[in-house]
Amino acid sequence: MLLEASGLTKRFGGVVALSSVDLSVAEGQVFGLIGPNGAGKTTLINVISGHFRADAGAIRFAGADVTALRPDQLARRGIARTFQSIRLFKGLTVLENVLVGGFVRGSPPARARALLEQFGLGGRADAFAGELAYGDQRRLEIARALAAEPRLLILDEPAAGMNPTESAALRDLLRTLAAEGITIVLIEHDVRLVMGASERVAVLSFGRKIAEGTPAEIQADPVVREAYLGTADA
Amino acid sequence: MDDIGAFLVAYQTTIGTIGINALLALSVWLTLYTGQLTLGNAAFAGIAAYSSALLTLKAGLPFPLALAAGAMLAAAVSVPLGATVFRLRGVYLAIATLAFGEVVRVAILAIPITGRGQGLVGIPPKTELWHVFASLVVIAYVCARLRSSSVGRAWAAIREDEVAAASQGIPVRRYQLVAFVLGALIAGWAGGLAAHFDYAIQPDEFGFARAVQILVFAVVGGIPNVFGPILGALLFTALPAILQPLQEYRDIFQGAILVLVIVFLPRGLVTVFELRRTARLRTMGAEDVA
Repeated sequence: MLLEASGLTKRFGGVVALSSVDLSVAEGQVFGLIGPNGAGKTTLINVISGHFRADAGAIRFAGADVTALRPDQLARRGIARTFQSIRLFKGLTVLENVLVGGFVRGSPPARARALLEQFGLGGRADAFAGELAYGDQRRLEIARALAAEPRLLILDEPAAGMNPTESAALRDLLRTLAAEGITIVLIEHDVRLVMGASERVAVLSFGRKIAEGTPAEIQADPVVREAYLGTADA
Repeated sequence: MDDIGAFLVAYQTTIGTIGINALLALSVWLTLYTGQLTLGNAAFAGIAAYSSALLTLKAGLPFPLALAAGAMLAAAVSVPLGATVFRLRGVYLAIATLAFGEVVRVAILAIPITGRGQGLVGIPPKTELWHVFASLVVIAYVCARLRSSSVGRAWAAIREDEVAAASQGIPVRRYQLVAFVLGALIAGWAGGLAAHFDYAIQPDEFGFARAVQILVFAVVGGIPNVFGPILGALLFTALPAILQPLQEYRDIFQGAILVLVIVFLPRGLVTVFELRRTARLRTMGAEDVA
């Protein structure tokens, strides 16, 4: 297993955002993480990527205990991520964003330009990141994360705000990345994207993992349906 | 040639002060470029000014050694200070560093060997104009090179978004601390030069007003590149001399210039030819200093 989290618990005051969550992601897998709003998906990846410290539990990455490491240390070890609310360096150019992405690897500008071409952003290299259209900003954030040459890429709702065409292109992109051997954890509301792209899916609800399996198993799981229908009623 | 020579002699003090102020402005530029507002550099200059002056005056140390020792001492003090205060952000960080400045000023007043309130007098006037401007050229060049290196890009990333910068593998605290300590080193070097330029130094020269003045040089000149702080120091050091004929209205004009620059060139004087770029940055609500 590339990533192994066990018993992760995170409380914010009286709210238990994560309650003893276990997660195992194999190398090369695309792992989907779904759940209703407020289920703890983003909290879970904030803990995994070192932005939050878990109150209990342990995280192992590539065989080493990384529970107490900071985000920058985890990035150096090969964990890259994007953010639900896009966090680009808005006042830097598109190219500079990707160059910062290559910080830990000291990658040359040529590699950054190649990444921009791959993401269809080659023509906007000198624009400020904040000037890009929303879908382009999402793609740039993924390009920036990839510039760090990660072993594990965590995407927090990459399709949010994308139209169906962009979303389909994103699915193709995820497949390409997986084929290149990059392990991906995908948090997404777009169920079609998650089910289409993931080999395994875990479902969070109220901070607990209530199900895990193949996309087909998850779709057939009555517990999952209840969790989703419950929020649909509310 | 004689005209230039005469000019240099007549305005030696102003010209030297421009160079020293430019160094101080560059010292605070480093932290501003990383997005941190710190006001401790006047105090770092003070620590180095007093320690280097005492070394030449009382210990008879050669001038270059005393300069280096003063700057090193300022940098050494900045390490534990920076490690402590960089838990804070924004105005809280500014106030914490300001408090440090007051501590230094009061400490100077309390220690007998500094001459206390009367100041330290009889410092050997070893600083030549070329010392100041050679230092400025070298330090500005180093800062410019740093800015366009991967270190400078990391600083810019931290300024734009600390969380995103950390997630890209940048050790945010360490990089902020490096900028802060380098700033203290430069401020200390400038302080040592100032001490040996003036014959005498007083605690108030390194107090609150000085800290704010240094900040004004850098911000009004502009943070986007190293020419901004130098330009700001040049303008605001030379203006009082240039505006001399206006006599009592001088401060009004100086204040008016400050306000006009802040309003119409929020990214600093140095961006006067980048108005379109400024407009683009403002449209998307990015940091003004980028």
